[in-house]
Amino acid sequence: MQARKTERLLNLVIALLATRRGLNIGQIRDKVQGYEDQTDEAFERMFERDKAELRDLGVPLETVLLDAWSDEQAYKIARGDYELPDVVLAADEAAAVGLAVRFWRSDEMSAAVASALRKLRAAGVEVDEPLPTGLEPVVDASDPGLLTLWDAVRDKTAVRFPYRAASGSATTERHLEPWGVASWHGRWYVGGHDRDRGEPRVFRLDRISGPIRADKGGFEAAVPASVDVAGMVAAAEPDPSGHARVRVRAGAGHDLRRSSAVVSTDEGWDELDYEYGDIERAAQWVAGLGADAVVLDPPELRAAVIRRLRGVLDGVA
Amino acid sequence: MSASNRLARLLAMLPWLTAHPGVTWADAAQEFGISESQLVDDLQLLFVCGLPGYLPGDLIDISYEGGTIHVVEDAGLSRPLRLNPDEATALVVALRTLADLPGLRDSAALHGALAKLERATGDAAAANVTVDVDAERGVMETIQAALTARKRLHLRYYVPARDETTERDVDPMRLLIVDGRAYLEGWCRSVEAVRLFRLDRVEDVAVLDAASDPPPEAQPRDLEGGLYQPAPDDPVAELVLGPSARWIADYYPTESTQDTEEGLVVRLRVSDDGWLRRLVLRSGGAARVTAPADLVAKVRSDALTALAGYPT
Repeated sequence: MQARKTERLLNLVIALLATRRGLNIGQIRDKVQGYEDQTDEAFERMFERDKAELRDLGVPLETVLLDAWSDEQAYKIARGDYELPDVVLAADEAAAVGLAVRFWRSDEMSAAVASALRKLRAAGVEVDEPLPTGLEPVVDASDPGLLTLWDAVRDKTAVRFPYRAASGSATTERHLEPWGVASWHGRWYVGGHDRDRGEPRVFRLDRISGPIRADKGGFEAAVPASVDVAGMVAAAEPDPSGHARVRVRAGAGHDLRRSSAVVSTDEGWDELDYEYGDIERAAQWVAGLGADAVVLDPPELRAAVIRRLRGVLDGVA
Repeated sequence: MSASNRLARLLAMLPWLTAHPGVTWADAAQEFGISESQLVDDLQLLFVCGLPGYLPGDLIDISYEGGTIHVVEDAGLSRPLRLNPDEATALVVALRTLADLPGLRDSAALHGALAKLERATGDAAAANVTVDVDAERGVMETIQAALTARKRLHLRYYVPARDETTERDVDPMRLLIVDGRAYLEGWCRSVEAVRLFRLDRVEDVAVLDAASDPPPEAQPRDLEGGLYQPAPDDPVAELVLGPSARWIADYYPTESTQDTEEGLVVRLRVSDDGWLRRLVLRSGGAARVTAPADLVAKVRSDALTALAGYPT
């Protein structure tokens, strides 16, 4: 059955590419091999499904008027829209394209790159041996929502999805008009107009906890002329605004020292002026250093660290 | 395989065979990732398709003599279909990201290729997909220079598991960028083994006069399984993860995970218990160690000595 369907679809593509004026539905039924021996109803269902499958593959199937003095519809595929345009790559350019082969760590995306390169090779563009750069970037794109969101951004489709705002918090249904998708510091985000809050927001893909579905209606808010999702993510990060005094053993606390200035030093200990954004995150860093770091001030950060350390003791008791 | 997947393959196969006259069965099968017997099936299907009329001159015709394949009639399928949006985006976003990296930013070849492909794909490639790479550009440029000149590097490098800074000479092998972070893979001459160095932990780097000379046993590691690859004989620790610590199970390779009433029970291999003790201290009780007993005791003593810094 599958082979006969593939055969019919291939014959349909060939016939619609070959026609200049277009073929109406009767001509398709009579001329294209594979539609014979069907009842009217079965033929129509079959043809509807075939059209949808071709469009899904990216075949530019057009509906035109059969001629200027009738309103009869016909179908055709314009060769110029169907065919991959000429791409002439120099040898070093072709090798550069080969670098994309190992870029994505995701079966779907790697398959998309592989079939893209196969089409290029089918057009006579040889892309095989990657440039020797000594540089190997790999990006994880295995998040199940990624392709759905790419499509939604491109087609300007509003989406809804269950979302967990932070680890451990409750899941709520969110409604978004997606403007763009970005990988920032190794994580994927989608940014756009948040219909629930009525303002631009970013969402982490790994916190979308269920299927992404189309939401009702077209875009309500205007899409900004230039969308910078990575910039939206960076802006959503808490600004370092808190200052703490932390005593840290000399040579320890490297990560803490990156956001600190040494205020004084004595007997194997440094006193740091530590700049932090989120108090709980700051408490995590200090608690992780164990006995090598002690918060002197402010009291709320001291308390947050003590709470964490006691939490550990309760856990192992 | 669905009918439309197979159709996509056939639509590419005919122009590919035309562009590669005289190709062997084995090479054609390999190009399309199929077996030779599947290739026979595909060609047999192509043979019965063609232009309406379906007379000999209308049908697709392919000859294979002496083990090589030639297209005789292509029924108008002389060029491949345009890239669909997923193909275009996956390819173009990968190349745009590469073109923004130090060392490749000035590559005329990459920029030239990207411009031509963007023109050929039109608006099929989504403009609004970006991949930001936290590339520690200065360090990266120095390492690239050493890789190109095949020179040894001296690193001042922070080791978080021991929370200390180390000095070492490294023969660079390659630069990796995995999930937005840059790493140097090289032969570390002090431990005489291949090591991965995170560029954001490199405090200082200098190119030495000595030539880079990794020994034959210095093999790049296969990154299929992710970056954190514990040795099979590392001891196993057991953790119970509360809701806010469940990310640990996604982030590190685990031996087993099991949802229980107390939380997610995970078992993972740990080569150096330093990072695990820090992880547990940071979690503030959300991640608890339950085995082995000596690790449980160490975590308890870590927390007690740390609390001694806050006398009441």
